[in-house]
Amino acid sequence: MKTLVIADHDNGQLKPETSKTINAAVKLGFAVDVLVQGADISGMANDVALMDGVSNVLVADDAAYAHQLAENTADLVLSLASDYSHIVASATTTGKNFMPRVAALLDVAQVSEIIDVVDAETFKRPIYAGNAIATVKSLDTKKVITVRASSFDLQNEQTAAPITTISSSLENALSSFVSVEQTESERPELTAAEVVISGGRGMQNGENFALLNGIADKLGAAIGASRAAVDAGFVPNDMQVGQTGKIVAPNLYIAVGISGAIQHLAGMKDSKVIVAINKDPDAPIFQVADYGLVADLFDVLPELESAL
Amino acid sequence: MKVLVPIKRVIDYNVKARVKSDNSDVDLTNVKMAMNPFCEIAIEEAIRLKEAGTATEVVAVTIGAKASQEQLRTALALGADKAIHIETEEKLESLHVAKLLAKIVEQESPELVILGKQSIDSDNNQTGQMLAALTNRGQGTFASKVDVDSGTVKVTREVDGGLQTVELKLPAIVTTDLRLNEPRYASLPNIMKAKRKPLEVIAADSLGVDLAPRIQLVSVNEPAKRTGGIVVEDVAQLVEKLKTEAKVI
Ligand SMILES: Cc1cc2nc3c(=O)[nH]c(=O)nc-3n(C[C@H](O)[C@H](O)[C@H](O)COP(=O)(O)OP(=O)(O)OC[C@H]3O[C@@H](n4cnc5c(N)ncnc54)[C@H](O)[C@@H]3O)c2cc1C
Ligand SMILES: Nc1ncnc2c1ncn2[C@@H]1O[C@H](COP(=O)(O)O)[C@@H](O)[C@H]1O
Repeated sequence: MKTLVIADHDNGQLKPETSKTINAAVKLGFAVDVLVQGADISGMANDVALMDGVSNVLVADDAAYAHQLAENTADLVLSLASDYSHIVASATTTGKNFMPRVAALLDVAQVSEIIDVVDAETFKRPIYAGNAIATVKSLDTKKVITVRASSFDLQNEQTAAPITTISSSLENALSSFVSVEQTESERPELTAAEVVISGGRGMQNGENFALLNGIADKLGAAIGASRAAVDAGFVPNDMQVGQTGKIVAPNLYIAVGISGAIQHLAGMKDSKVIVAINKDPDAPIFQVADYGLVADLFDVLPELESAL
Repeated sequence: MKVLVPIKRVIDYNVKARVKSDNSDVDLTNVKMAMNPFCEIAIEEAIRLKEAGTATEVVAVTIGAKASQEQLRTALALGADKAIHIETEEKLESLHVAKLLAKIVEQESPELVILGKQSIDSDNNQTGQMLAALTNRGQGTFASKVDVDSGTVKVTREVDGGLQTVELKLPAIVTTDLRLNEPRYASLPNIMKAKRKPLEVIAADSLGVDLAPRIQLVSVNEPAKRTGGIVVEDVAQLVEKLKTEAKVI
């Protein structure tokens, strides 16, 4: 029994999800190898080698893997799969894209977004927007699993594990990369930040999101948003927190002008402390907030910035 | 170009699911059901392709109990030309669904299959990718834009860092994200017309797919409840509480 983790990165930097996914993989109880695939990725392989519990790092550094196309990544993972009983990746948009392809090619039913490892074949995962937690047992001999990283801890350091280069260049004929529009931000990543401040439809427009900047600067916070704020074009899609966006669990989550629909709560209700600022005292967000402030956000945001 | 749209009957997105008292599953008795919201977006996209003259036929398909014909009728009312119901009383996993859909793809030979990215009940986010693997097609998941050209389709995808665009050879598989379009409502005359559109019923176990469970549901529990908080008077008190009580700033 041996586990293969596929590292997640943005072509230059490892995502914090990788370390947390390795934490989950270690809990399975077997040796953990980590595949780092991409183009020009040797620095990241060194970082992975230092993560506690990693036995071997496998590096597939090839132009075929530069854009993380699901078809190529799935074929690469498939070429390694016979050595492993468990194949694990983060439930990021990358992992969600290629892992079910791997599972189907192996004829395995994937277990998506686990939040706990009960034993090597039994896992907990949220269903129905987190309104229920299912305990499921995988009956397949091989397990294909994605991990909700926010439910696991970062791994400690170890002395570097050996790194093996694998020569592989599986370029598919079905899909090709065209372009990427990367959202540029100086702020910490939403899924890694200790503090997150999110704006909703109550922000009224994109310019008003600037009211969150000063507060985020002072708290070292990432800025998120509700679906309504993204749909309205106030902010880019990668800021959406929720059932179908990003899942966050920071020490402090501040929801501003967000009503608290179940789909939004699904993405943030495991935060340690929740603050809600909303002018409607009956907004459902107050049912999960540790501290609620019933007020007009346009009055209190400048006050909050200067009080910090 | 023929477009196939798999749709799923799920709990209405406004309804909060409740766990059964024996912890065996979620209780769906007398709960309002609807078409999975991502499938509504998939149907809408297919109909727009037809309206633009790109698609010639839109076929909706669902796998589920008899009651899921209600969602197929909705799809027909929205503009699908015909519907296929793969009937089963079993609760199937995404792998089973993908295998059954692969049979329908074989039968119907659609150039494009548009699925939702995720069912809001299982929250699996698997079926489209699995179908792409099983039919050896390229996949454009979490689409916020779909541009069909001759022989190819460009798909702009909502990814964690922003937007990625890929080009797929047709035939291909696309899954929808929230920003792809805003689904329309069915008009009353179209709802009436939908009753006369063709709806084919196929027994799931007649398609030669092994439907034995691969995942056993051991139990279903309520998530940890948050204990109710307090309402603060003003910003000063909020900051004070965050500093001295919660100690998070
Ligand atoms: C399939 C599906 C998936 C979804 N996925 C997600 C998801 O991942 N994430 C997500 O967030 N949503 C998601 N949603 C949408 C969700 O159902 C809600 O529609 C959305 O979260 C509402 O956003 P909101 O709270 O910003 O807007 P609203 O519900 O309109 O709330 C705005 C709030 O702002 C307050 N407000 C207005 N003005 C002020 C002011 N001046 N000062 C203070 N407060 C003010 C109002 O009182 C109100 O409570 C999904 C929906 C579906 C169907
Ligand atoms: N029983 C089903 N019948 C038809 N389509 C389905 C079914 N289950 C899932 N799908 C399709 O697959 C998408 C993703 O579902 P899932 O992988 O279960 O999250 C849905 O939005 C549908 O388009």
